[in-house]
Amino acid sequence: MGEFKVHRVRFFNYVPSGIRCVAYNNQSNRLAVSRTDGTVEIYNLSANYFQEKFFPGHESRATEALCWAKGQRLFSAGLNGEIIEYDLQALNIKYSMDAFGGPIWSMAASPSGSQLLVGCEDGSVKLFQINPDKIQFERNFDRQKSRILSLSWHPSGTHIAAGSIDCISVFDVKSGSAIHKMHVDRQYMGVSKRKCIIWGVAFLSDGTVISVDSAGKVQFWDSATGTLVKTHLVANADVQSIAVSDQEDSFVVGTAEGTVFHFQLVSVTSNSSEKQWVRTKPFQHHTHDVRTVAHSPTALISGGTDTHLVIRPLMEKVEVKNYDAALRKITFPHRRLISCSKKRQLLLFQFSHHLDLWRLGSTVATGKHGDTLPLSKDADHLLHLKTKVSKMPAFLRSAVQILFSEDSTKLFVASNQGSLHIFRLLEGSFKHLHTFQAQSGTVESMCLLAVSPDGNWLAASGTSAGVHVYNVKRLKLHCTVPAYNFPVTALAIAPKTNNLVIAHSDQQIFEYSIPDKQYTEWSRTIQKQGFHYLWLQRDTPITHISFHPKRPMHILLHDAYMFCIIDKSLPLPNDKTLLYNPLPPTNESDVIRRRTAHAFKISKRYKPLLFMDLLDERTLVAVERPLDDIIAQLPPPIKKKKFGT
Amino acid sequence: MAALEEEFTLSGVPLGTGPDGLLGVEQCDKTDQFLITDSGRTVILYKVSDQKPLGSWSVKQGQVITCPAVCNFQTGEYIVVHDSKVLRLWTNEDVNLDKVFKATLSAEVYRILSIPGTEPLVLFKEGAVRGLEALLAEPQQKIETVISDEEVIKWTKFFMVFRHPALIFITEKHGNYFAYVQKFNSSVVSKYTLLLGQEEKSVIQSFTASLCRKFISLMSLSSDGCIYESLIPIHPSDPENNQLQRVVRSLLLKTVVSGNARNALSVLDQDHVAVLGPPLPASKECLSIWNTKFQTLQISKELPQGTSGQLWYYGEHLFMLHGKILTVIPYKCEMSSLAGALGKLKHGQDPGTQTMPHFVNWEASQGLGSQNSEPSKRILRRRKIEASVQPEVPASQQLLSTIKKDSEKHIEIELRKFLAIKRTPDFHTVIGDIVIGLLGRCKTEPSFYPRNSLMQLVQMHVLSYSLCPGLMEVALEKTDVEMLQLCLQQFPDIPEAVTCACLKMFLSDAVQEEKMEEQTGILQNGFNPEEDNCDNCDKELSEKPQNTIEETTSCPVIPKRAALLNAVLHSAYSETFLLPHLKDIPAQHITLFLQYLYFLYLKCSESATMTLPGIHPPTLNQIMDWICLLLDANFTVVVMIPEAKSLLLSLYKFVKSQICICSELNKIEVSFRELQKLNQEKNNRELYSIEVLELF
Repeated sequence: MGEFKVHRVRFFNYVPSGIRCVAYNNQSNRLAVSRTDGTVEIYNLSANYFQEKFFPGHESRATEALCWAKGQRLFSAGLNGEIIEYDLQALNIKYSMDAFGGPIWSMAASPSGSQLLVGCEDGSVKLFQINPDKIQFERNFDRQKSRILSLSWHPSGTHIAAGSIDCISVFDVKSGSAIHKMHVDRQYMGVSKRKCIIWGVAFLSDGTVISVDSAGKVQFWDSATGTLVKTHLVANADVQSIAVSDQEDSFVVGTAEGTVFHFQLVSVTSNSSEKQWVRTKPFQHHTHDVRTVAHSPTALISGGTDTHLVIRPLMEKVEVKNYDAALRKITFPHRRLISCSKKRQLLLFQFSHHLDLWRLGSTVATGKHGDTLPLSKDADHLLHLKTKVSKMPAFLRSAVQILFSEDSTKLFVASNQGSLHIFRLLEGSFKHLHTFQAQSGTVESMCLLAVSPDGNWLAASGTSAGVHVYNVKRLKLHCTVPAYNFPVTALAIAPKTNNLVIAHSDQQIFEYSIPDKQYTEWSRTIQKQGFHYLWLQRDTPITHISFHPKRPMHILLHDAYMFCIIDKSLPLPNDKTLLYNPLPPTNESDVIRRRTAHAFKISKRYKPLLFMDLLDERTLVAVERPLDDIIAQLPPPIKKKKFGT
Repeated sequence: MAALEEEFTLSGVPLGTGPDGLLGVEQCDKTDQFLITDSGRTVILYKVSDQKPLGSWSVKQGQVITCPAVCNFQTGEYIVVHDSKVLRLWTNEDVNLDKVFKATLSAEVYRILSIPGTEPLVLFKEGAVRGLEALLAEPQQKIETVISDEEVIKWTKFFMVFRHPALIFITEKHGNYFAYVQKFNSSVVSKYTLLLGQEEKSVIQSFTASLCRKFISLMSLSSDGCIYESLIPIHPSDPENNQLQRVVRSLLLKTVVSGNARNALSVLDQDHVAVLGPPLPASKECLSIWNTKFQTLQISKELPQGTSGQLWYYGEHLFMLHGKILTVIPYKCEMSSLAGALGKLKHGQDPGTQTMPHFVNWEASQGLGSQNSEPSKRILRRRKIEASVQPEVPASQQLLSTIKKDSEKHIEIELRKFLAIKRTPDFHTVIGDIVIGLLGRCKTEPSFYPRNSLMQLVQMHVLSYSLCPGLMEVALEKTDVEMLQLCLQQFPDIPEAVTCACLKMFLSDAVQEEKMEEQTGILQNGFNPEEDNCDNCDKELSEKPQNTIEETTSCPVIPKRAALLNAVLHSAYSETFLLPHLKDIPAQHITLFLQYLYFLYLKCSESATMTLPGIHPPTLNQIMDWICLLLDANFTVVVMIPEAKSLLLSLYKFVKSQICICSELNKIEVSFRELQKLNQEKNNRELYSIEVLELF
């Protein structure tokens, strides 16, 4: 296959932000995740958990609450006191509105989806009406003494429960007055703590209120009488989050010790109708605080300070015990944060608020497989660019994706509203050449762009509509690749042949010939035969595709745990062949090697792999981000005794 | 678990109970209210939860109530018959029975039967049945005779079968019993003869019946104290052919009461029956709840003042006369959840051994029987007689007959032949039958003990304690410790009492002696204690004490005993059930066992992994659990024994030092982590490198 020199880069100092909130939308099977830096990500759980949308954060916006309302509308609220609605088509913020109650700690949409409730620092609970275009303030509920940290609607929409410090209030929505105030014990294992913070409440349809608090308790209250029914002490630290399933037969809580507990409503004895809440399963998938949990019909979802999004399917709810039933741990974004200048051997790293430019080192030595070569020149950190808003044309304010042409004369910008702009780059300035308007009726932003090396073709893809190919010379739409059910995760156009290679989130790969406007023969063959089952079972999407400059038959692609060179000239593997070639053959004769060879040449040596590309025909660059390095930069977790009791 | 709750009495009005007790207790249309008819002239309506009467009615002096009062669930009226032929209907508002509606019938009434959802039926002494409405419309109508002369109705019950009423009544004539089943949608009477089987001479004392799909399961308590079950089809196979059909009785429970007294039986649910009567001829009367499925006594309550031998069961209440007082005992049977019943499971499987089926498939073994038997018959649950039921399994049948007669040697050969045959799905039950067959002969012939055959069967990995309940008892009797060890290793479901009995034997001197005498014999039997995995550690360890003077490091027991004790340590148990039995073990044996456990604990702590060497050694948790259990059960005894004192002291010191170590480890954990961090940094120092990679 070939021998490569690999620049193994580990200096990309990327640390994902901790997860603050998750909100699950049952209707579309999507999950919204907000991080401590204000970033909001949308995961499509039906499309192999692909992170299909992304709203960058801002230092001034710390999200504290996130919720879906009216079906597909997404709202967030945060410590700057504003409620924000996101435009999920254009991928920008639709509007933000000050609630005038100080920092907002909690938010909940009514069961009907027409009303929004926020809990503020000043102790007020504010009710907003959700109108088609905006939200409108309706009224305040009785003000409480301290900040409202958690809110939950009764499924009928008539009452709400609000968790504050040391007490839980139950409000009547009609009158806005507190009908019950339930005081929570500050005692913790016999020691009186300063305050007991109610981190989460959940209101069940039978009138039970479940609260979780900083003293490590999960408590059940009767909202009709305002009395404590039952207490479960689950942790020595705070219990920070709670989520109840739609059927109200199970719920999940997350603790500051990184443990997630599953509670289920089970019969006391078999056949009896009397049921009680029982703590059934503990899960320890996190090392740090579990700040937020969600409960989808089939899975428990948790996230927290350790930045992992964990999706744990409930085995009893999963019908088919296939690979979908496996635990998912999503740590890295499903998009490319690194770009590479092949000629100049430069790497550009994208952080949330700055960019880093590095020059790769070099070596003159040679070696055999597995050797580490002595460096003649080390890598250099060249630039650290902080965000700075300078004067830009109005239509360029919100670029979703930018791309330079191979010869660096043109810049392609995918803006929101689905339009694509082309600029000619001149010395120190630029000139707007053309704008491809969105297809009639769609306002979906294009998230992925690819340009052919000869600069003639531009491919652009949104999250749901297919891939559009534009002719850059003639400035018109050339064709649209037939739509496919799963979102596109990576795009690239091969040199010379102008074949467009598309990777989808279900791990399928298509090759589409742009000049012929049809799928290539190879693509048809592999679709007919099907991919190897191990290939389809990978759980991270392909984030980058590139090509070998000299070997047109080779496609290089990678996900977070492997990179692969597909040699289209070799036979395809079937389910019986070994997909991952484990070790270099030592004594095998060439015949056997040729017989077992198949098109997928895979290496799992570099992981987690954030970027991989060919610098030249014999050189690769691989950017790794070891998890230990990320953990080392997180705050220390709660110390737990390792020895004895 | 079935449970009897605290009893309470219904008093207020003195009951005129005759020598035969009450006439009847019947349900009312309102829950919690019951009509009690005494054998004299009075009917009392009780509210049971309040324990007080709501009303009381009497017939005139000179008249006698002959049939217990019932409630018409459709109208709410009460109905009673006095002087055999006079029917009275009244309601709550009526005060005097003399002034209520009266109908004089042309024939003598045996009983009025009323259940919710249908009109009451009147059963005449001659066996004819009429609906109440039809009878009231024409009270003097002619009543035909259904049963023959000298035939007397003994018992009757009224059911709803798929929304159609069905009546069963039992008659007796010269010691023969007949069952009549009448359905009112087809008004066909089917007559069956109850075949009493071998117990010809017994008299049936009490009947009860329940519906069991397409059959009426008729249970009868005979004077021999056994409960029998007969299945009577509700839908006769050939309604046209009205010939006398026969119903076989099968034994359900053996000798639950002593037969001489007046006993009563009532079915509670599909698996439970209540039996009233003295369990032993001399003892006082008891109310006992039996599980018929597992043939176990669930609970029993002594009734010292005697009963009238009558028992009624409605809803959740059992009614009986205790002395002269009507007593109500609430009964509850909760299906216990498995999780609650589970104790500690076996620690894990030997990697080499084949996994054995832990649970017997009840469906499979029951289905096996019903395939071969006719629907109206029901085979006994005891597998002993299965030989006659299963003609198409000649191999096992042959073997069973061999077992009954032949010599040990021959049985062994036959067994080996049988085991070589391919396994059938019911293999484990067949093996169970064979073992039970062997044990049955052991009991009758004290000299017969087919040790090799039994060993071979146990080693099939398919047996469990419940499949061959007598095996371990016989082995205990014969002090066959190797057999016990094998059973402890193989059976997943040994009762704690038996485990404890084994432990007792292993700790006793029997083990020591046997070793001296039968050393060669043991080897011949394929059991070599030297080879036993658990002994490896002991052997290895026993080399040490020669050069060390300290006593604690030498094993306090001989290797063989150690291997046996290890088998006990591995067995499954539930603390609550084990503790009471542990208290029965003599103090010096407890001390010895503690010494051994302490020795194991020390050995465990010596290795970094906290495990013992060997293939299947006891785990640290098992050792600690047993130390705690022993001390829990016998602390007060052990603390008084001078030789145990030093042991307890050293155990205490050792545990204390372990706690110290743990707390010290906690203290230096931070330093460990820093070291680890340094180590990591060293590995990840290289942020950039150029490597060579070859793809194949």
